[in-house]
Amino acid sequence: MLLTIILSILALSGLGIILGLAIGFVSKFFGVATDPKVDLVLELLPGVNCGGCGRPGCADFARALVAGEASPEQCPVSSQEAVTQIAQLLGMTVGDLEKKVAVVLCGGDIHQTKVKTLYNGVNDCISAMQIAGGPKSCAYGCLGMSSCARACPFGAIEMINGLAVVHNELCVGCGVCVDTCPRDLIKLVPAEAKVHIYCSSPEKAAVKMKVCNVPCIACRKCVKSGEEGQFEIKGFRVEVNYDNFPGEDIVEKSGCPKNCLLTTAQHLEIERNADKEENAV
Amino acid sequence: MNKDLKIVSFKGGVHPPKDGKILSKKTAIQTAPLLERYQVIVSQNIGAPPAPVVKAGDEVKKGQLIAEAAGFVSVPLHAPTSGKIEGLIDIPGPMGVPAQAIAILADGKDEWAELAPPIDWRGADAETLKKRILECGIVGMGGAAFPSHVKLSPPPDKKIDYMIINGAECEPYLTADHRVMLEEPEKVLAGAAILGRAAGVKNVVIAVEINKVDAINAMMEKAAEFGVGIVGMKVQYPQGAEKQLIYAVTRRKVPTGALPADVGCIVQNAGTAAAVADAVRSGIPLIERVTTITGEPVVTPGNWRLRLGTPISAALTFCGGVKYEPSKLILGGPMMGFAQRSIEVTVMKNTSGILLLKKSEITQYESNPCIRCGRCIKACPMNLQPTVLSQLTEAGKFEETLKYNVMDCIECGACAFTCPAQIPLVQHIRRAKAEIRNRSKKR
Repeated sequence: MLLTIILSILALSGLGIILGLAIGFVSKFFGVATDPKVDLVLELLPGVNCGGCGRPGCADFARALVAGEASPEQCPVSSQEAVTQIAQLLGMTVGDLEKKVAVVLCGGDIHQTKVKTLYNGVNDCISAMQIAGGPKSCAYGCLGMSSCARACPFGAIEMINGLAVVHNELCVGCGVCVDTCPRDLIKLVPAEAKVHIYCSSPEKAAVKMKVCNVPCIACRKCVKSGEEGQFEIKGFRVEVNYDNFPGEDIVEKSGCPKNCLLTTAQHLEIERNADKEENAV
Repeated sequence: MNKDLKIVSFKGGVHPPKDGKILSKKTAIQTAPLLERYQVIVSQNIGAPPAPVVKAGDEVKKGQLIAEAAGFVSVPLHAPTSGKIEGLIDIPGPMGVPAQAIAILADGKDEWAELAPPIDWRGADAETLKKRILECGIVGMGGAAFPSHVKLSPPPDKKIDYMIINGAECEPYLTADHRVMLEEPEKVLAGAAILGRAAGVKNVVIAVEINKVDAINAMMEKAAEFGVGIVGMKVQYPQGAEKQLIYAVTRRKVPTGALPADVGCIVQNAGTAAAVADAVRSGIPLIERVTTITGEPVVTPGNWRLRLGTPISAALTFCGGVKYEPSKLILGGPMMGFAQRSIEVTVMKNTSGILLLKKSEITQYESNPCIRCGRCIKACPMNLQPTVLSQLTEAGKFEETLKYNVMDCIECGACAFTCPAQIPLVQHIRRAKAEIRNRSKKR
């Protein structure tokens, strides 16, 4: 009995020593030399492989950084400190980062926008678009099939009442969602800009009001109460000028009659409460 | 059955055991009564929509030009009856988005405008025939509504040696072409011969599925007189799809991305042939078409000669209305037709059928995982692998679907029809195609 235990311990340790020597030998004589900087940089990168920098993943971006083919601020996800650390490591200098976040410019959830048909096909925005332009009456609004939410590598998009809402604290501005939206509703905007006009429909106000309770009807109340150049009038709708965006007080000052000029926090709260009301009923 | 008849087919496809044709194939074509108001949708053809040439208050006669062709791939539009133009209005369109339509208040007299003189087609040259086909607003009446004169004018470097008249009518439920071929065989044959002459082709063949033996026999009697051949085809969907039809009849394969003209073929629909015969021999423009109004919920399903601009709601009342509330309204056949959300959509040049489906006939997508049975691969008439394409699409690997020739898919839906796990295969493939088009556009 004792002999069996001793034998097996000896056999296994012997095997371990032999294999350890073999691995040591192989890594010494056949190893591929890598720049240790690549690993150091990779550790500082977020490591989520979102593709926001335009490269297949963080490892490739790290390699490109060390090779001098890219600069650290191209990673939209990294914080200012991480970027500065990488820059110091590589002996580069970087300017200040402008952090961006995504915003879905539509406020038409299932309570606000009419639905024209029952759709029972594949749960995906592009598929839904192909069947008579989607089930929603507004031909420009969020389809609510969560294609963007599925695509987001950070889980920053939540579907509330059939409307995609971005959580700013989770969004890193990688822009993956922007390409997935067949209606081009998602925009990358400066994180500092807290006020948005949640409507992207270029239709006339009368057409919009027939299908939606919260459209931008281009009444220009916001334009008048804001400073010059804070808003842009685009046909039958108004857009926030994100190069010169207004502060949060504009919402109260303008008194948007359709409730589509909102801060991100207000927008989120409205959607959350709409959900609660429905649960109460 | 006629012993001389050659029976051909393509590989693959499906055939629903209960194809619903029994509902309407025995009823003769009936002519719809005159309505008080017609709403003729302006954009009825693929390509540029014609430009309206009438304004509110104008008096028009039946068959008068109301919109003229705008460009080469475009055809003119004519008034379905005499009366007063009410103006241009927006009505629910067949694609789910509002469409512009010319509203005509009928005066009840139904007076013909002065028609173009008849052409003796046996002696006429190709250009005269093509011009008349364009002027009478003829498009492919099988479903795509592609302007016929464009098909007849292939690039000069392409040598055309086959004119195939598509009488397959492989879609379940539809019997419009069947009735036309049975009741007006002479017209279809003449139209076929005219189309052949307009394209400068000697080899004119009418291809019909063999579930329409009566129509085949009716046409066989006079076929020799017009120098037109007739072939039978196996009853299999999608026998009437352009590429499958060409393969069945000529054994030629249309390469990826190529057109029928590249293999020397032109395909025209049987209904189109009848319209061409009318246009050339009598100068009558395309203002009405035979449409199958069918489905279990319809009281008396049948085949009706409907004028363009007839609302679906009116067409259904001709058939006695519905027995119970239908669950789905489809324009065209159940496989490739378009579901509608309004019964105010109006009949167009390509409305081959108005189909109502009851609740038990509607698929609810509750799909199960793929069991790798391979039925979709066997059914695919384009020899694709729908299951692979669908899995790649679900994984978001759209670039890779290109390697599996996703763009060759003709969206016939045979794969989804045959899938025992009820996977929405064709829907996934359509999405992959849309994503690929979308991406190449954004770039």
